[in-house]
Amino acid sequence: MGAIIKRELYSYFCSPIAYVVMAIFMFFSGLFFTVVCLVNDTSNLTYVFTNMFLITILLTPIMCMKLLSDEKRLKTDQALLTSPVSIFGIVMGKFFSACILNLVCMSIYLIFGFVLSFFVTPNWSVILCNFLGLFILSCTMIAINLFLSSLTESQMIAAITGFATGLFIYLIDNVAKAIPVAFISNIFQKLSFLSHYQDFTVGMLTLANVVFFLSVIALFIFLTIRVIEKKRWS
Amino acid sequence: MIEVKNITKCYGQHKAVDNVSFTVESGEILGFLGPNGAGKSTTMNIITGYLSSSSGTVTVDGCEILDDPKGVKSKIGYLPEIPPLYLDMTVQKYLEFMFDLKKVKLDKEEHIEEVCRLVKISSVTHRLIKNLSKGYKQRVGLAQALLGNPPVLILDEPTVGLDPKQIIEIRNLVKSLGKKHTVILSSHILSEVQAICDRVVIISNGHVVADETTDGLSKKLTKSNRLLVEAEGNKSKIIDVISSVPDVKSVKTESVLSDDVYEFSVEVKEDADIRKKLFFAFAQANIPILGLRSDNITLEEAFLKLTSDTRISSRKAGE
Repeated sequence: MGAIIKRELYSYFCSPIAYVVMAIFMFFSGLFFTVVCLVNDTSNLTYVFTNMFLITILLTPIMCMKLLSDEKRLKTDQALLTSPVSIFGIVMGKFFSACILNLVCMSIYLIFGFVLSFFVTPNWSVILCNFLGLFILSCTMIAINLFLSSLTESQMIAAITGFATGLFIYLIDNVAKAIPVAFISNIFQKLSFLSHYQDFTVGMLTLANVVFFLSVIALFIFLTIRVIEKKRWS
Repeated sequence: MIEVKNITKCYGQHKAVDNVSFTVESGEILGFLGPNGAGKSTTMNIITGYLSSSSGTVTVDGCEILDDPKGVKSKIGYLPEIPPLYLDMTVQKYLEFMFDLKKVKLDKEEHIEEVCRLVKISSVTHRLIKNLSKGYKQRVGLAQALLGNPPVLILDEPTVGLDPKQIIEIRNLVKSLGKKHTVILSSHILSEVQAICDRVVIISNGHVVADETTDGLSKKLTKSNRLLVEAEGNKSKIIDVISSVPDVKSVKTESVLSDDVYEFSVEVKEDADIRKKLFFAFAQANIPILGLRSDNITLEEAFLKLTSDTRISSRKAGE
């Protein structure tokens, strides 16, 4: 697993992908921080993190599109699957490498906290909760996009389905409202990433939300492993 | 060392590999031969654990692939048909990655250097793989298979895409590797298998059609002894002359080249050389010989015969 994380990080940082993702992430983070906090004279980061929901959803497909699809296209999966590493190890290696890239992107929030500390004593526990919320949301999106990447040989298709899935997740609250049947509408509302995420942005760390995101991650990691295993048997 | 028992692989209705069994002894170089699409790569993918067989078992050094996949995989160095190279890495970085991936417990730098020297890629270790020529890519693939000195090497068409000089180099390398490793090598080039391997398994349409030592195979397949005779004159008279020579089994008109010029194929008893007798018989009858050459079945023809026979028989079975 360690070898795979190392290789993926090498591949991220030796190609433009990591830099493009970091640039977009940091640009919007900086923009929201400036507009929300500096212009309005507040140390409340809630709106910055709320806005980052959409950016994260749209950025993760770019981070994840080639993780597994390229292996299939270049036939390098043969090297991975014939080496003494379990499929779980391979998938987790890919997953963690994207999570690490995401952490690098998010490191910019340390600077925001540092800047704020010049004006007020920042409420570190709230910022930490915001940070954790955004990180766990990103990890969830990474797991979903990793799964999509395992389904195809084409990076493009992986990215496009990733965007579509992301947009659906973004719009799921509106969909829920539009459904007249209360029972189905309720299910959609329960699945809303945004409502689970919003608790984090106001500094509320609840077990239910953490479990929700962790179970989505586990589900999609499991599905990804099954997709790779299925290829062996079909 | 390697025991393949009754493996079958179905893709839907299509049987890519059908009940294939063979064993490879320790320190042996086995040639795996067959036309394109015969099931060579599929069989190799099953042995290495990349694919699973629909039925049958593969045992490598006492470990079975389904019970102990990690154990089997750590014993095998595999060069697939398309070398599994990450194009965005340098050769050095790539080999380091594969070294870590295979969890090799040797001195990293020293071992990679040694493998690079062995396959002669020391001069390109700092270049990006995507910028290498096909021959070099193939050798990097081979280097990757050699990492960790696995007791078993499985090489799928290792000389494809190389120039003649490189082909000879790689053949010699594989031959020398055969002293310490058990090697399975696939190819569709017969002379290559003949040059390197101790034993040959010929596979066609998913079936094993021959499993012999290289010498045994060529002896068995080239035992018939034929001569092609080109002569000018009366056809029946020529046939009479040829038939009169001792040791001749049968005479057949092969083709009519022009008026009164014919080519005959003469079946001769094994180990008999009748060329001199034939010459004097013709001289006595006053018939000029225009050409005389032996027409032994080459390994190539035998291979074609073996593989096309099974194709016809399996087609008949399908009907």
